[in-house]
Amino acid sequence: MKHISRTTLIFLGSIVTFTLVVQVLISLGVLSPFWNTILRQGAVMAIVGLGLNLIYGFNGQFSLGQWGFYAIGAYSAADITYRWTNDANSNGLTVLFFTILLVGASILILYRVFGKIRGVDPLSAFAIYLIAAVGLTALAVSIGNLTAPAVNAILKALPTNIANTLVYLLAVIIGGILAAEVSFLFGLPVLTLGSDYFGIATLGFTIIVKVLLDNSDVMFGFVEMKGARGMIGIPKLTSWIWVMLFLILVIVITRNLLHSSYGRAIISVREDEIAAKAMGIDIGHYKTLTFVLGCLFAGLAGGLYAHINGFLHPDSFNFIKSFDPMIIVVFGGLGSVTGTVFAAFAWQLVLEGILRSILPPGFETWRYVVYPLLLLVMMLLKPNGLFGNYEIPYLRQVLPPLKKPATETQTPAAKESL
Amino acid sequence: MMLEVKDLNVYYGAIHALKGVTFHVDKGEIVTLIGANGAGKSTTLNTISGLLRARQGSILFQGEDITRTMPQDIVRKGIVQVPEGRKIFATLSVLENLEMGAYLNKDKAQIQRDLEMVLDRFPRLRERRNQYGGTLSGGEQQMLAIARALMSRPTLLLLDEPSMGLSPILVEQIFEIIQDINQQGTSILLVEQNAQMALSIADRGYVLETGRVVLEGPAQELLHNPMVIEAYLGGHG
Repeated sequence: MKHISRTTLIFLGSIVTFTLVVQVLISLGVLSPFWNTILRQGAVMAIVGLGLNLIYGFNGQFSLGQWGFYAIGAYSAADITYRWTNDANSNGLTVLFFTILLVGASILILYRVFGKIRGVDPLSAFAIYLIAAVGLTALAVSIGNLTAPAVNAILKALPTNIANTLVYLLAVIIGGILAAEVSFLFGLPVLTLGSDYFGIATLGFTIIVKVLLDNSDVMFGFVEMKGARGMIGIPKLTSWIWVMLFLILVIVITRNLLHSSYGRAIISVREDEIAAKAMGIDIGHYKTLTFVLGCLFAGLAGGLYAHINGFLHPDSFNFIKSFDPMIIVVFGGLGSVTGTVFAAFAWQLVLEGILRSILPPGFETWRYVVYPLLLLVMMLLKPNGLFGNYEIPYLRQVLPPLKKPATETQTPAAKESL
Repeated sequence: MMLEVKDLNVYYGAIHALKGVTFHVDKGEIVTLIGANGAGKSTTLNTISGLLRARQGSILFQGEDITRTMPQDIVRKGIVQVPEGRKIFATLSVLENLEMGAYLNKDKAQIQRDLEMVLDRFPRLRERRNQYGGTLSGGEQQMLAIARALMSRPTLLLLDEPSMGLSPILVEQIFEIIQDINQQGTSILLVEQNAQMALSIADRGYVLETGRVVLEGPAQELLHNPMVIEAYLGGHG
């Protein structure tokens, strides 16, 4: 990039400084592992929240499905690293890699084709996508298992640390993309529904994922996931630095998307679908794009979360929990990136950190009395959320000054009326 | 012929909203559809712009069948609708609203020129260019809605009730603007409840009643037609 503006530098400078200061405090032992975990979970919630803010805050689609995609990201990333660290086998990595590659390619190609032949009804399109996805997944399983030994050999030739980190990063990214691809398939028939119905359908998705995870060992034969007993033995590789790097990446992507013409189109769909259509905006396209991107963030966050505690339990992905990101987004301010990030950290720090440490032992449950009250007071005092639609300068959109092209001159009439 | 609508039949579920509507718009004309609430005026416009689908009948635009064309492709061909109730983007600034109008245009320099042209035509919008659309008054919002539609360089402009909720002075201003746009070469299909105003600027008019065209003719003739006066102009001659 040739030109980086001052606000960008200030933003990146301060967030990097913040990250490093916290890291130093962690290394010096000033921040205990307890607070370290809470901070990392805060960053994870911020990523989930940013995904939901895109879908709900900016695009206006009320989604309760983020938690299901978060779970998909968590379990698939965990499975990859689990197989590598416990069985020294990279077949989880290769199988899922080829799955996202082939399914992703088929989605992109079919999307183009359906874009050319206009007016294919969503359900027939959905059926074709689904058949392609299932067939290609079966193909990916065989290719993955075939290539696994070769990948094993390559990874074993690397120093253990580097190999583990590499598998971890790939696992998180693959988990995110897998969640995004599932969200595309799920979104096809569901995004045509109106906003409220869409909310119910996505809530249903979260419940389905939870039930499947409860029975993952029996229904799919993933014995390492241990179904309802919870998956243990996942390497704890998500450090503060990694989680912050992902958060910064997600903030920058969100910001650049929102400031582009895509961003305006996304917002115009929220503002008025009929007007957006009348302007020639393909609203289905933008709803899909936003939903998939939001779910990609949820999936990434899931992968990061799985490697914080090294333990996953289906109960953490209960549908009740799917309201957490919703609360964070509304609390921070719908349509405010700043608000979402702030609220996510505040949420974890207050609920899991401060309240837990100041309430006397045995009274932890009172947290769930205190925080709804906090929410209530908040909604009464600031119904637009903590930040409303305030953004820090970096995230604020600066409109270019209106320039007169040299070829044309202003009409006298217009000048007078100014 | 610019636009030719033949035997259009549109349903909302089981409700038969348009029962064989036929009319046309010639190049450079202002044509108005008048009629009471529920006559099918907005339905007709929404079907032309692709927001609704016709079950029967056809819509030809410059000789090309667009009955089954997607809304975004219809905009690309040069038909733009200013929806009923203005429907501007409330949390986008005036400039951003206008840029959304040029959404399908990829030529940045041309967008900039169009923007200047539109802002010259609506000096009020120039003053308020950085304000949120939602903070504009009703008249300004209507101007913004029309300006936004002009940004996509229409050859046929569909206007749905531009006078809705505006004071008489503003209605006159808006209608002057419509005439002005028409004189610069854009054909206009105007849907109005304010039949008097609509007929006074239109070349021809069609009267819709419960999904059918019951009367058609030159606007001046309709203005003096006893039936129209009785039903829509609220008087006895």
